[in-house]
Amino acid sequence: MENRPLEYDYTVAKMFMFTTIVLGIVGMLVGVILAFQLAYPGMNLFLGEGLAEYTNFSRLRPLHTDAVVFGFTLSGIFATWYYVGQRVLKVSMAESGFLMFIGKLHFWLYLVGVAAVVVSLLMGITTSKEYAEFEWPIDIAIVIVWVLFGMSIFGLIGIRREKSLYISVWYYIACFLGIAMLYLFNNMAIPTMLGTAADGASGIGAWYHSVSMYAGTNDALVQWWYGHNAVAFGFTVPIVAMIYYFLPKESGQAIYSYKLSLLSFWGLMFVYLWAGGHHLLFSTVPDWVQTMGSVFSVILILPSWGSAINMLLTMKGEWQQVASSPLIKFMVLGSTFYMFSTLEGPIQAIKSVNAIAHFTDWIVGHVHDGTLGWVGFMIMAALFHMAPRVFKREIYSKSLMVTQFWIQTLGVVLYFTSMWIAGITQGMMWRAHDEFGNLAYSFIDTVTVLHPYYTIRGIGGLLYFVGFLMFAYNIYKTMSARPVEESELQNASPMGA
Amino acid sequence: MSIAEYQAYGYFALTVFLVIVLYSYIYHLYSTDKKEGGHDYESYSNIALKDDIDDTPVTSMSDDKEK
Repeated sequence: MENRPLEYDYTVAKMFMFTTIVLGIVGMLVGVILAFQLAYPGMNLFLGEGLAEYTNFSRLRPLHTDAVVFGFTLSGIFATWYYVGQRVLKVSMAESGFLMFIGKLHFWLYLVGVAAVVVSLLMGITTSKEYAEFEWPIDIAIVIVWVLFGMSIFGLIGIRREKSLYISVWYYIACFLGIAMLYLFNNMAIPTMLGTAADGASGIGAWYHSVSMYAGTNDALVQWWYGHNAVAFGFTVPIVAMIYYFLPKESGQAIYSYKLSLLSFWGLMFVYLWAGGHHLLFSTVPDWVQTMGSVFSVILILPSWGSAINMLLTMKGEWQQVASSPLIKFMVLGSTFYMFSTLEGPIQAIKSVNAIAHFTDWIVGHVHDGTLGWVGFMIMAALFHMAPRVFKREIYSKSLMVTQFWIQTLGVVLYFTSMWIAGITQGMMWRAHDEFGNLAYSFIDTVTVLHPYYTIRGIGGLLYFVGFLMFAYNIYKTMSARPVEESELQNASPMGA
Repeated sequence: MSIAEYQAYGYFALTVFLVIVLYSYIYHLYSTDKKEGGHDYESYSNIALKDDIDDTPVTSMSDDKEK
């Protein structure tokens, strides 16, 4: 029998890298289409009247959000887990046939789930709960996929050589537990076929239809406890896990303060779960829930900035790397955008600010400077770092990376600045009234005024999407670039011109 | 005493309690750092920096078994 030295096995990581890129392209393309539909309503018919059902804004919108959240981001989280997990626990997946099987099953079932989501959303089958649109059969499939993810995490931890769990592993565990709890509670539903109406009719609706177990205000409370914490445990916690591994590793610098990373972790865990009420300010939920949401949102600045500042200080004395390495650029800008959006969010959650910001495009702008600037940049940086190590080849082109970085940065800046102006304009116009209390503007007045900003947002989104295609091409070409030696992979990633 | 007063006292007590928990944790982190029987927290950065499969673990599972 051949006796080869033990190596990390990146089979499953590679599979999820593939879906990260493909679903990123799908989700962002749909996003760009939606942005231009808002600016130019005629775009709703871009495939003609006959297919209008499938191309209108309302049908495509959940496809965009779910493709980037559950497609791009989740795949990125899985890909990095199957890479980082092995390395910081110092154990290879090749050592356990069982974990390898679970990992592959995780991937293939996930792919089936993705296909079911895409088809059902395009057909207009939805529970109408934002970011929780999937009907119960798909929910059950997703729960199974999630359990497999958990088995991979705890299975790998169970056979580890490194006794202490690295800070990133804590964050991945939090991601797993947090989403498991949120998803289960928010998606509690009763299939309509099991129910009986007041007039005695039973077996109502299609077999896959369901109604939420919660009603009215309770439904809103559970939904936004879920919605906001999906941001916490999907867009924050696992992305922090990534930066705590990839930035120190790529720069060769130890974390500025490991103790601060632990303090921020527990701070984030404690504070985040109480902040969801800020989505329901000035609505029919109890006043104390609204106040609590506001207060906890403001406190949330501390643990968020604890992690972000810790990452920026990790670069202390090594700032020249930001100039020389595009990979470090992505991560440092990502961390900066994390600070920016975790300051912006609490500001929007203050009641007096929210009175203007609620329901406006400023909120959309806030989401996107977090997701494009922080989540997107960090996942792409992670994949750029992983590519030379999983393919044993240098990154195809450094100059392409630099160009991509600047195009995307410009895209993000255009996106959030246009949405700031649009949102605040919108909020002010909705509130404006004359001395008798009559509203000064009708809704269509705001639409007319906002048109240029919607166009700028579309262009910003398009630039980001173009950058993402450059990223996809760069990774694709990396698979056939110059092979590299093990010694070149210690810290800074090797890159071709 | 009205319910609002109970709430106010409760709110104050909870805030004080959380502040104590927060500072106790920070004190715990610094007081156990690098001490005998404690943790050398800052060395844990090396779990990421030296993560090749044949690198020596920072705190090895097998050391534990030998004890």
